[in-house]
Amino acid sequence: MSLLEVKDLQVRVEEREILHGLSLTVNPGEVHAIMGPNGSGKSTLSHVIAGKPGYEVTGGQILFKGEDLLEMAPNERAAKGVFLAFQYPVEIPGVTTWNFLHAALNAQRKARGEDEISSPAFLRKVREVAKSLNIPQDMLKRGVNVGFSGGEKKRNEILQMALFEPAVCILDEMDSGLDIDALRIAADGVNALRSPERAMVVITHYQRLLNYIVPDVVHVMSKGRVVKSGGKELALELEESGYAQFEDAA
Amino acid sequence: MPAVQETVERVRRIDVDQYRYGFETQIESDKAPKGLSEDTVRFISAKKNEPAWMLEWRLEAYRRWLTMTEPTWARVDYPKIDYQDIYYYSAPKPKKTLSSIDEIDPEILKTYEKLGIPLREVAILEGVEPPPGGPPSPSRKIAVDAVFDSVSVATTFQKELKAAGVIFMPISEAIREHPELVQKYLGTVVPTSDNYFATLNSAVFSDGSFVYVPPGVRCPMELSTYFRINERNTGQFERTLIIADKGSYVSYLEGCTAPQRDENQLHAAVVELVTLDDAEIKYSTVQNWYPGNSEGKGGIYNFVTKRGDCRGKNSKISWTQVETGSAITWKYPSCILRGDNSSGEFYSIAISNGYQQVDSGTKMIHLGKNTSSRIISKGIAAGRSQNTYRGLVSAHRKATGARNYTACDSLLIGDKCGAHTVPYVEAKNSSATFEHEATTSKISEDVLFYCIQRGLSQEEAVGLVVNGFVKDVLQQLPMEFAVEAQKLISISLEGSVG
Ligand SMILES: Nc1ncnc2c1ncn2[C@@H]1O[C@H](COP(=O)(O)OP(=O)(O)O)[C@@H](O)[C@H]1O
Ligand SMILES: [Mg+2]
Repeated sequence: MSLLEVKDLQVRVEEREILHGLSLTVNPGEVHAIMGPNGSGKSTLSHVIAGKPGYEVTGGQILFKGEDLLEMAPNERAAKGVFLAFQYPVEIPGVTTWNFLHAALNAQRKARGEDEISSPAFLRKVREVAKSLNIPQDMLKRGVNVGFSGGEKKRNEILQMALFEPAVCILDEMDSGLDIDALRIAADGVNALRSPERAMVVITHYQRLLNYIVPDVVHVMSKGRVVKSGGKELALELEESGYAQFEDAA
Repeated sequence: MPAVQETVERVRRIDVDQYRYGFETQIESDKAPKGLSEDTVRFISAKKNEPAWMLEWRLEAYRRWLTMTEPTWARVDYPKIDYQDIYYYSAPKPKKTLSSIDEIDPEILKTYEKLGIPLREVAILEGVEPPPGGPPSPSRKIAVDAVFDSVSVATTFQKELKAAGVIFMPISEAIREHPELVQKYLGTVVPTSDNYFATLNSAVFSDGSFVYVPPGVRCPMELSTYFRINERNTGQFERTLIIADKGSYVSYLEGCTAPQRDENQLHAAVVELVTLDDAEIKYSTVQNWYPGNSEGKGGIYNFVTKRGDCRGKNSKISWTQVETGSAITWKYPSCILRGDNSSGEFYSIAISNGYQQVDSGTKMIHLGKNTSSRIISKGIAAGRSQNTYRGLVSAHRKATGARNYTACDSLLIGDKCGAHTVPYVEAKNSSATFEHEATTSKISEDVLFYCIQRGLSQEEAVGLVVNGFVKDVLQQLPMEFAVEAQKLISISLEGSVG
C-alpha cells in the first residue's frame, strides 16, 4: 500500500480554485521532489495535507496509509506521522524550544495511546538528536525560533522531524533564504533521516537543493496541476530550459 | 473553521461548570443581620471583641462613607449595588474556641483540601517539576492563614515564625494582642477616607492577615493567605497589613476563590504594606474569584485597594498579580516611593474571558530622591471581555533622579473583546526619566497552526502561546504559585478543566 496518495485534489481559497485536480502517489522509502514556479500551488498542497484551516477541498481525496486524511484533525495527522517543515517557521516568544518540543512530543504520544515521556528522559533524547544534527544545546533553551537565523530556523524544523520520527515528511522550500553552507547542513540532516519506511516530499523552486537531497521522483507543478513527472534527471532538464515550457501544458 | 475562530467559539462556551472551585460548603454560620448601619459596624466590632479605639475608627469611616459616592471613572459597567442587601459578617459557627488546627470544622478543612491549600503543617509541596537540567526544587515551607467568609480559621507554622520573631496572625487577633503596632500603622497607607470602597472596608472589615517582620529578620518561609467566600449574599471585606521593619524581608502570597453563584457578590479588600529602611516586601496574588457564567450572570465584584509605602530609604515593594477571576476587577496595587533610593515594581497578568471586565494597573508615586519603578503588564482579552490597563507614574518636585520603565502588552483572542491602555504620566521635575512601551497583538493563526501541526490540540496551543506571552511576569512568582498560575491561565482561557 502506498503511504500517501493524493487523488484528483481540488482546493479553493476564498472562492478561487488553486489546485485543479492534483494527483500524487508516494511509497515508503521514496523521496519525491515537487518543483514549480512561485504561485503554482506547492505550499497550498502542503498545507492541505497538513490540515491548515482556510482551505476548502471541493473534490478528490488524500489517503494516508489507506485512511482518509481529510477526515482527521490536524493534530491527529501529526500524531499519525504527517510532518510539515514550514517554509516560514513562526516565532513563539516566551516558550523555550525544549519546552515546546516536549509538549508536542507528549501530545503526539498521548494521542497514540503511549505513555508520556518524563522531563529527564526527554532531555536526554533531545540532546542526543540535537548533537547528531550539530545543533548547539543553547538553541534548545531559547524561545521557539525567536532571533534564530534563517539557517537555524530550518535546522530547528529538521530537529523536530528527527525527534517526532514521522512517516511522511513534507519540506516546503527548505532551501529558501539559506546560503550554500547552511543548505548543505540542512540537507545532511534530511538525508540522515531517509529510511526504507519513511517517505519525503521535498518542495522547491530551485534545482540546487536536489543536488544535496537526491530524489527518486520529480514532479513539475504548474498552475495547480502536476504537469510532468519523471526521474531525478527531470530536475536537471528544468534547470536547463526553465518552467516556461510547461506553462502551456497547464 | 479557522483556528482562531474555533478558539473564540470554545471560549464562548465556557460555562459555570468549568469553574473548578465552584462548590459550596455546608456549615452552620453566624451572620450579622443583612444591611449596613452603625449597628452592623458595632455588631462586627463586638463579635471581634475589639477595643474601643477600633470601634471608633470604624464608625468614623462609616460616617465618612455615608457622604461619599461610588466612583464611575473606571471602564467597567455594572448594575447598581444595593449595599443594604448584603451580609457584612458571616462566620462559620465555632463549636468552641480553637487552639489548634485539629479543632477546625472538618468541613472547612475539606474545603481547603479541595482547593489544594496546605492547611495542615505539611512542609513539602509536591508536584513541582524542576526546570530541565536544573536542580530539583528545594522543599519549601509556606505558612498559611485561611480566611473563610469573614473570619480567619487557621494560621499554620505559628511556632517557627514566633522563634524568628515574625508576627503572622489574623488581624482581628493582632488588634487585641499588638494594639500598639496596629494603631501605629493601620490606615497610614490607605487612609479611611481614601476612596469609596476602601472607606467601606474600613467600616466593616471582618478579618484578614497581619504581618510584622522585626528589624534585620528575613522571614524564614513564604507567608500565605487564602480567601474564600462561601456564604450566599455575603460581602468579603478583608484587611491586610504588612510591616517590614528595617532591613527585613518577607514574601507574601495571596490566593482567592469563591463558589459559583447566580447573584453577584461584593469583595472590597484593603491591603497596606509598609517597608522601613532597607526592607523589602514581595507580595504575590493569584486571584481566581468566580467570574460569572457564559451569559455574564453572577461572579464577584472585586473592588480592591492595595498600596505599599516605601517609607524608609533603600526599601522595596514588589507586587505581582495573576488576575483570572471576578466578573469585575477594579484594582491598582500601587507604591508610594517615599524613601530615597526606594523602588517599586508591578508585574501583572490580567486575563479576561466571557463577559469579564478588568480595569487594573498601578500607581507609582515618586516622592524621594533617586527612586525607581518598573511596570510590566500583560493583558489578555478573550470572549466578550474588556481589559483595561490604567496606570499612573508621577514624580514629585523633589523626586530628583526618578526613573520608571513601563511595558504594557495586550493580547487579543477573537474580535469581540477589547484591550485598552490608559497611562498617565506626571513629571514635576526635569530630571525624571520615564519610559513607556505598549503593544497590542492578536493571537496569530499561523502560530496556532504551527503548534497544532506538531501535535498540540487547539487548547494546548493557545495555553502555550499565552503562557509564553506572560512569561516575564510568571517568572516573578514563587515557583509553587507559578505552576498553579500557569495551569489557571490555561483553564481560564480554554474551558478545559484539568
Ligand atoms: N490564503 C490565501 N488567500 C488567497 N490566495 C492564496 C492564499 N494562499 C495561496 N493563495 C494563492 O494560491 C496560489 C498558490 O499559492 P502557493 O500555494 O503559495 O504557491 P507556491 O507555494 O507554489 O508559491 C497563488 O496564486 C496564491 O496567491
Ligand atoms: Mg510556497
